[in-house]
Amino acid sequence: MNNISLALKSLRFKPLATTLNIILMAVGIAMMTFVLSASRQLEDGAMRDAQGIDLVVGAKGSPLQLILSSIYQVDVPTGNIPLATQALLAQNRMVKKVIPLALGDSYEGFRIVGTNPDYITHYEGELAQGKLFDLPMQVVFGAKAAARTGATVGATFVGSHGLSRGGEVHKNAPYTVVGLLKPTGTVLDRLVLTPVDSVWKVHEVVNGIDVNDKEEKEAMDADRELTALLVQYSSPLATVTMPRYINSQTDLQAAQPALEAAKLFRLLGVGVDVMRGIALIVLLSAALSMFVALYNALEERKTDLAILRTLGAPPIKLFSLLLIEGLLLAMAGALAGWLLGHAAVEVLGHALSDDQNMTLSGWIVTPDELWLLAVAAVVGFTAAFIPAIRAYRTDIATTLAH
Amino acid sequence: MIDISKLVYRYKAVPVLNVEAFRLASNDHAAVVGPSGCGKSTLLHLLAGVLTPQAGHLQIGGINIQDLTPRATDAWRGKTIGFLPQRLALVPSLTVAENLLLSSYANGQRADKGRAEALLRTLGLSDKAASYPHQLSGGQKQRVAIARAVFNRPKLLLADEPTANLDDVACEAVIRLLTEQANEVGASLIVATHDARVLAALPQATVLRLPASNHHALGVGHE
Repeated sequence: MNNISLALKSLRFKPLATTLNIILMAVGIAMMTFVLSASRQLEDGAMRDAQGIDLVVGAKGSPLQLILSSIYQVDVPTGNIPLATQALLAQNRMVKKVIPLALGDSYEGFRIVGTNPDYITHYEGELAQGKLFDLPMQVVFGAKAAARTGATVGATFVGSHGLSRGGEVHKNAPYTVVGLLKPTGTVLDRLVLTPVDSVWKVHEVVNGIDVNDKEEKEAMDADRELTALLVQYSSPLATVTMPRYINSQTDLQAAQPALEAAKLFRLLGVGVDVMRGIALIVLLSAALSMFVALYNALEERKTDLAILRTLGAPPIKLFSLLLIEGLLLAMAGALAGWLLGHAAVEVLGHALSDDQNMTLSGWIVTPDELWLLAVAAVVGFTAAFIPAIRAYRTDIATTLAH
Repeated sequence: MIDISKLVYRYKAVPVLNVEAFRLASNDHAAVVGPSGCGKSTLLHLLAGVLTPQAGHLQIGGINIQDLTPRATDAWRGKTIGFLPQRLALVPSLTVAENLLLSSYANGQRADKGRAEALLRTLGLSDKAASYPHQLSGGQKQRVAIARAVFNRPKLLLADEPTANLDDVACEAVIRLLTEQANEVGASLIVATHDARVLAALPQATVLRLPASNHHALGVGHE
């Protein structure tokens, strides 16, 4: 028999109060875990997607919308920009890399992105099957898009107009699947990638222009447009000059992912803070409830404690006994809450995976979560401290004589 | 075993107990008698080192209890004293066997399960080892409490009103059990009682009579 087994037996003796306290504690810690894990994963995911992209150039509009549409592939684009912009930027010596993006169509809800192989290389995409596209109308599927649509190498399909499901189908311009990518954990996984030319070609057919007519083609090339350009600088100096340079061009807008992501997370941060605040209130009430339970139980257990003293137990033993009871309660609640929180993240991850925009997993544990253990310990300690002090001061003579 | 002289205990400056002189040899038994509120419990608490006297001399087994540090008093109490309180105070969340092992735990010793089994066998409670206190009869509870008091083989077994609310048969049985167990572990037994039947059941015992305390009669005392 030791402090822990004795504390456990006494907790088991009051199943209702013990269960109630564990549940309260678990709910608080679950909320904490959820907020911590989900916000961390979203932030990490957002960071990964924006990694190495210093600037996004697109049509004028909201910079946040530009970032959302061209980096995270969630919002609709702000508009189109002339194809010539790509060459203009590529010439700039402060620019290391320019990746074109042409959006417009989707397949079963997955965006068909016109780009070049640099885009795949940028996100360290590797082929799982087949090869990269080298001709128009060839496509490579991201891992998640492939898994969800059941795309296989050699299969053909037609895209539908617009970025959401249910758009008009481009019957006359079928795509051929030439490759499937391995999962990267980035935006790449949920995209269907094709050369920029494919996107143009699909829409030319719609517009009834004959690409094979040389004259018409030339006239059209001048009108060619892209949706956005992802830019990587070659010099940190560009951070200062480039956005200003581009924004001064009448039709162009430059948005900095780092800046816009920070703005976005400040907005999300309010929600996170609110949830964290609620979690804190729940934890506080858990502490209070635990305190009341331990304190009231003490009244009934005064004789037990006095008896322990007559059997030779020093006061410090009673103190630690009560403290351990509080800590055990808190830790049991913390463990249950931690599991509950991760389960909730996993459930949310599954719910959102239909939406394709976010990947959340309940199986990812961050070192931050060790803090929760400390939080739980503090709650247990706080709740048990005063009862433990009272146990320490048990007056044997008075207790046993009455 | 016990050597008391001019022992005074006051509670908030009010004298509760005053013992001029009392001696008890090892293995001898004693009865502390007197009307309700005369300080019998207080004397037992002083003997157990739970209360500290304000004046006088109190020596148990050659040790002056007042000279011990609080920590040493606790350790000494665990080794030397067996205490049977008026309220039996079995811990409700623990089984009968665990209630006995509480003595080992309180002393910081390894749980002596053999001792618990042997004691329960002696007291005819072997089949109750895994029962909880609320599943026992009053007599069984009393036997468990006695077993717990003698578990650590004390030198001094103190029993506070052990026969209150018992019929004659039970009263005699309890006193017999207490003396048997005290003799078994070689302890002196001191019973505080206002029950005349106890004296009859302890013909060999030294008797210490405490006078009624006026202050208790006035209701300001502490017992």
